[in-house]
This record gives sequence, structure tokens and C-alpha cells, in this order.
Amino acid sequence: MAVITPVEKTVADARQQQPRRSRHRPLLLNAVAVAAGIAVWGVVAALGLVDNLPTPTAVAQKAGTMISDGTLASDTFASLRRVFLGYALGVAVAVPVGFLMGWYPTVRALIEPYIQFFRTIPPLALIPLAVVLLGIGEVPKIAVIFLASFMSCVLSSFQGVIDVDKTLINAARVLGASDRTIFAKVVVPASTPFILVGMRIGLGASWATVVAAELIGAQEGLGYRMQKASTWFEMDAIFVSLITIGLLGLVMDRLLLLAERRLTGWQERR
Amino acid sequence: MNSKITFRDVVKTFPLKGAAFTALGGVSLEIADQEFVTVVGPSGCGKSTLMSMAAGLQEPDSGSVLVDGTPVSGPGPDRGVIFQQYALFPWLTVRQNVEFGLKLASVPPAERRRRTDQAIDLVGLSDFADALPKTLSGGMKQRCAIARAYAVDPQVLLMDEPFGALDALTRVQLQDQLLATWSQEKRTVLFITHDVDEAVYLASRVVVMAARPGRIHRVIDVDLPYPRTEEIRLSPEFRRIRNEVWTSVYHQEVPPQAA
Repeated sequence: MAVITPVEKTVADARQQQPRRSRHRPLLLNAVAVAAGIAVWGVVAALGLVDNLPTPTAVAQKAGTMISDGTLASDTFASLRRVFLGYALGVAVAVPVGFLMGWYPTVRALIEPYIQFFRTIPPLALIPLAVVLLGIGEVPKIAVIFLASFMSCVLSSFQGVIDVDKTLINAARVLGASDRTIFAKVVVPASTPFILVGMRIGLGASWATVVAAELIGAQEGLGYRMQKASTWFEMDAIFVSLITIGLLGLVMDRLLLLAERRLTGWQERR
Repeated sequence: MNSKITFRDVVKTFPLKGAAFTALGGVSLEIADQEFVTVVGPSGCGKSTLMSMAAGLQEPDSGSVLVDGTPVSGPGPDRGVIFQQYALFPWLTVRQNVEFGLKLASVPPAERRRRTDQAIDLVGLSDFADALPKTLSGGMKQRCAIARAYAVDPQVLLMDEPFGALDALTRVQLQDQLLATWSQEKRTVLFITHDVDEAVYLASRVVVMAARPGRIHRVIDVDLPYPRTEEIRLSPEFRRIRNEVWTSVYHQEVPPQAA
């Protein structure tokens, strides 16, 4: 049972005494930080402190043309398609495999050596191999993204299953639950928080991998655009792609975070 | 005697740092139908193991555990278990937790609803029926767990230090509530505790256990009438029995160790 020490109590009091308006303060500070960052970038570019650094205005103009001629949309779509295909496949395979590993010690013993081995290899390092084995089409790109998201997700769902509180399983058993019911009604919900954390990490890994994967003979995509822009020395185009990648990654992470809050709101948080 | 729960020469050992730790070294005990028995003893005396076996969560190495004359072969809804750590499903509301066992038993919805409401009402949680466990206090969580056990209407209640983590005031409240419910619908109760007062106040018989190896030290009858009231709790007779139990818990003469 938690014993409230004076220190904890003071902290709790302090938290409660925070004025309500402070809830919007972080957002305001975020906006200030972003504006300040762009301002610094503008000054540095205008003064020519860094060679070839485009100004924010130049990048914005380039973004305008890339939006109006449709290249940004088609690049974004191509990259998103790869990420979603690879990521969805990765999660779809990782969650059941993780569950099986957590539930059946035999499965765990059979699969774990492979996972532990491949986990130490960055998915990017497999790109050359993927090209040789799978050619230069969509398949090697999606395969590498698949691997990146699978690796992040499989261990967390496995961990989620073995970390399920034994007392909860016993509580279900004494109420007459079969193994199957315990799995569906106790193990799955109890490990959801772990799985969602794995899914968030997996999404980050997939998004990071797609850019590198697009360096393998792609015809479109944000990574491909950057690669091409760098050969033509189009710094502004590189920046447009970079910023798009960052923004999309942020949006996707926020969406998953939102889902996580909704699905695991029952957790006691500190 | 009409025995509801029977422990016969129950032995249980656990591996502990390479050696075998004897949690229970041949325990025999009979609990009558509708009897309220408390088990008290020092830690490591195997009192929780005893309960766990009656629940069917553990098996004896030798000897037998019978409920209604039939050997226990696993957990079942005829025996309700209440754990010290509440063990509520944190993703379910109070109502959904209480319903859990009824759903497993395929009780039809209308009947399920009625019994759920009844059980929640019994423990005084009606205003919190749709609350998640994280918003409840320790006492309320344990009341929810008790309602969950009552809902499936078990004949036997097995309680493993259920009030051990609660503050003294809440503990006394829940003791009275438990006795009130028990006097309405008589069930057989096996109640594990480390609190001597609690053991005497609740039970008609207190089983005092000793450790290394876990065994029954003494069984003390509590000749106090039900319903138990504050008056009884403060009476000289209560104190006399309490002192007797206290002495046999805290001053267990070390018996010659049987090799």
C-alpha cells in the first residue's frame, strides 16, 4: 500500500495548486520556440554564415511550386504508401508472434534467438542485401520497413504478455475462466499499453527507414526527391522534403498517442 | 460434523535456493458448512498456501483437499476468492468487474444485470458503478472485489488477507460489513489474516499456525455470539480470547524439530 510521505504530499499539493491557465502555457512556449528557431535560421541564412543554406522564404516558395505542380503530393503519397504497407504488415505479424512467444515457452525458445540476433542489425544495414535478394522495385523497400516495425513491435508485445499481473490471471481463473478466455479477456487488454508503445516506436523506425529505402532506385517519394535534389544542388527542395518528413512523422505519432490515451486511459498514471 | 472444506495431511514444499522449503508439513483441518474460520500465524507459516489449495490454484504434494467431499481439481466459481491486492481488472468499470464471473457463467443479460446491481448495492458502491478502479480508494477497490466474488454466489468464500492493506478505520468498517452479509446469506468462510483482533472478531474458530514447517499450532474456539458488535469488541471476554490467540501466535514454544 502506498504510504504518502511528506515529500510526495507536497508535490501533489503543488500540482493541484497550479493555476488553470498554465495548461495552455506549454503550447504557447512550443509556438515561441518554433518561431524563434525559424528566425535564427533566417538570420543565419541571410548573413550567409553557412554556405548554401537556403532562406526560409526560399524554402517556402519552393514548397509552393512543389505543391502546385503536384510533386510534393505524389512524393508524399508514395512514401506514405510504403510506410503504411510495411508498417501495417510489421505490426500485423509482430503482435501475434509476440503473443505466442509470451504465452507458449516453446514458441519463445524457438523464435527468440532470431529476434535477438536481427534486433542488433539496423534495418538500414539490410538495404544492400534486400536489393540483391529482392531487386529494386517496391518489395525491398517495403520489406525493410516491415522488418524495422516488426522488430520494434514484437518484443514489446512479448514483454506485455509476460508482464501481465499473475493475480489478475488467478482472479479470472477462480471466476471460472478457461485459458482461452483468460487470453482474450485478461492478457490482451493487460498488454495493450505495451503493444501501443511498441507501435509508436515501430512507426518512428518505419518512417526513418523509408527515406533510406527510397535511395534504392525509386521513381518518386520524399527520400528519392532529396536524393535527386542533392545531385542538382537544389537545397530548397531538400529542405521541403525534410520538413515534410518531420511534420508527417509528428502527425502520425500524435495520432497514435491519441489512440493510446483512449485505449489505455484505465491505467493508473503517476 | 458436516464438513464443507477438508484438509487431510496436506504437505507442500517449494524449492528455495536449492533446498526444499516446507510450506505445509502435514496439515489437517475440517471446516463445517456455513462456518466462519480465520487463520492467523507468522509469515511463512503457509496460511496463504492453504487458501490457495482450497481455491484450486495450487496442488498439495501429498494429502488431499476436499470441498463437499470431492477433491479439488482446479479453480471454480463455487469458491469465491478475494485477494489482498484486490486484483480488479483495471480496464473494466466496477460494474463490468462484478459482471465478469456472471458473463463467464453465461447468465442471461436481465438476470446478470439484476445480480450485478444487487452485489454492487450490497457493498455500497452503487454511486460508483461506472467508475474505473483507478479512481477508487483501497477500501472501495476491495469492496468491488468482494462484490465480484458475491455476484457468482459461491458457497465458499476464501479470503487471503483481504483487509491487510487498508487503514484501521476502513478495516473495521469492512469487517462489520462482511459479517452483516455473512449473517444474511450464510457461506463457509476461510479468512486468512495476520491481525489477531480481526481473527477473533470475525470467526467462530481461530486456527493459529506455526512456521518451519507450516503446521497448525492451536485451534481456539471463539465463544462469542453473533452478531458481533462494538460492545463485544470491547468486552472483557473478547479481550480474554484475543490475549489467548495473541499468546499462541507470538509465543509459540519451539517444538523439537522432527527430522
